[in-house]
Amino acid sequence: MSSREEILNRIRQHQTNISTSLPKVPNFFDKSVDIIDAFKKSLLIMGGTLLLVGDADPLQALKEKIKNANVICSMVPEIKGNRELNEQNLPKELDDIDYAIVRASFGVAETGSICLTEKNLMINTLGYLPQHLIVLLDPAKIVYNLHDAYAQPEWYSVNYASLHSGPSATADIEGVLIRGAQGVRSLSVLLIS
Amino acid sequence: MNHLLQEEEQPRGAKIRGRHPVDQLEAANRFIAATAHEMMHDNRLWDLRKKRDAQMHAIPEWEELRQLASDIKSHTLDHLADYLEEFEHNAKKNGIHVHWAKDAQESNQIIGDILKAHQAKSLIKSKSMLGEECGLRPYLQKEGIAVVETDLGERIQQLDDEDPSHVVVPAVHKTRTDVSKVFVKTLNAQPGNNDVHYLAEWQRETTRPYILSADAGMTGGNFLVAETGAVVVCTNEGNADLSANTPSLHIVTVGIEKIIPKMEHLAVFIRLLSRSALGSPITQYTSYFRGPRRGGEMHVVLVDNGRSTRLGKPNFKPGLKCIRCGACMNTCPVFRRSGGLSYGSVYAGPIGLILSPGYDPHKYRNLPFASTLNGSCANVCPVKINLHEQILAWRGELAKQGELSLSKKVIMKALGKLYANPKAYRQAIQMGDKILQYLPHFVVYNRLNAWGRQRDLPEAPKKTFHSWYKKHYMNGKGDEA
Ligand code: SF4
Repeated sequence: MSSREEILNRIRQHQTNISTSLPKVPNFFDKSVDIIDAFKKSLLIMGGTLLLVGDADPLQALKEKIKNANVICSMVPEIKGNRELNEQNLPKELDDIDYAIVRASFGVAETGSICLTEKNLMINTLGYLPQHLIVLLDPAKIVYNLHDAYAQPEWYSVNYASLHSGPSATADIEGVLIRGAQGVRSLSVLLIS
Repeated sequence: MNHLLQEEEQPRGAKIRGRHPVDQLEAANRFIAATAHEMMHDNRLWDLRKKRDAQMHAIPEWEELRQLASDIKSHTLDHLADYLEEFEHNAKKNGIHVHWAKDAQESNQIIGDILKAHQAKSLIKSKSMLGEECGLRPYLQKEGIAVVETDLGERIQQLDDEDPSHVVVPAVHKTRTDVSKVFVKTLNAQPGNNDVHYLAEWQRETTRPYILSADAGMTGGNFLVAETGAVVVCTNEGNADLSANTPSLHIVTVGIEKIIPKMEHLAVFIRLLSRSALGSPITQYTSYFRGPRRGGEMHVVLVDNGRSTRLGKPNFKPGLKCIRCGACMNTCPVFRRSGGLSYGSVYAGPIGLILSPGYDPHKYRNLPFASTLNGSCANVCPVKINLHEQILAWRGELAKQGELSLSKKVIMKALGKLYANPKAYRQAIQMGDKILQYLPHFVVYNRLNAWGRQRDLPEAPKKTFHSWYKKHYMNGKGDEA
């Protein structure tokens, strides 16, 4: 008997099979919440930065941020970087990037998260190996909470996606919070359609 | 105080002598004697507990979510085989290789074989309690594979050749000076520089080359979603996503109880997990692996290692609902004051008390006694595991199996028939039955006024009980002396 069969048999022998129905999960939507405002607040709590949309040039703050950077990799048409990626790049080759600029699939107000899929990133390590990450997010694509987030269609089509909530962080030594653990040192979000 | 903290030598964990019963009390007494470490540890974990409370109060539906989480897990355990098959089917459809391991040894072997088949000599790894449970790292190292932990806390523990002391914060028992000493010795860090930013940065810098050059990457899994065949990993440092996405081979090791039916259920658990664990709304990264990355290969090893047996034990089955958030440890007065390494087992604190004897009732026979049965653990548990009732049930079970040391026999006699009867036990708690409030370390804890700070705990035992305890139990040396 294979281990698979052995395990499944033992489970079937032991599981009670009581016809408990599968709980239905409500979506706990709170109509009174201003979704965009809530997103901004949550993003800050998680250590993210909010880039202001400029009046004359909506990308002003973003451009300001990257103006002294050496290696910039942009996956969005709005900004031109100086490092092109193609699907043949090895994941580890992204290590010298200072700023990566990507567009998120959607955002989550409850947690200030942005969802980056393999399509947004092209190479998954783009979300982690660069020193800093700048994310464009369409404010119309912010959902209220995690129930809405996990009801999005992306989860059924991509091989990889991740909710990023602020930059990488650790508090493993005496509880001292450090932003910039193994992944990006900062995460900035620009709300722009 | 801070000065004292940085001067004090780090107390070490329980002495392990094969299958000989671990003497938790002996190790706890040494931890308590290191007063500065003990106080730092206690404060840090209590701070996590307070942050958790703040998160809980900010979510009106918190209790509803806990009930949902508990019900989803109950339902899933009642139909576990079907959901595992559904997961396997969907994962395979997406190109994931699925393996089944009945125990730790088989799991290690499967992982070793995958690595060998790819001529992989180096592995970067994110934190996995299951990996610890199976002794994976020592196994792979014997097989000639270099393993590097990429989580800061776990890396510290690996370099210090010490087990993690907590499921979420593995090096929480160490001071910055303890860490600095380890890094000086093993990573050539600047001697005497115990600045936390420096230490964390040094680990980042010294780990990055391993990440870029490793042949394979490994992660654990917080959840498996049957409906989509996906693995969900919750981390803060970004190291799991790097471990999974940088090398071309990604191996996941995960317990069979981690499965949930659908994406809509995932939302419930993600809302609860980090809030319960660290008091943050969500982990920095909540990552979803539904298939291999382009040009990569992905393997999932489903590990049983005693879980299907536990499923058949009505008293202990609820332990399988655990999502390893660590909240029960953060709130536990015994854990906070004795440190996770005093338990001498992979899982420490309340969840450790109920899981460990399941693996080896003789070796861990003292653990179910390292509890005041105050029920605080069950109150904070996001999946509503009846931890204190299971702890009590283990005492009864161990008595039946003849696994009580002399001091434990005294206690058990005093507990009378209560242990066998959860209802009577609950009543006893409500009535403030003195006998239930015994605490191995109470005598030493008392100076910190341990109980005064906790609004959800019963009042401190009265003097009479105190002296009873002293006379009958505390011998100053430990349990198995
Ligand atoms: S028993 Fe409950 S509180 Fe403890 S680690 Fe598991 S899920 Fe968290």
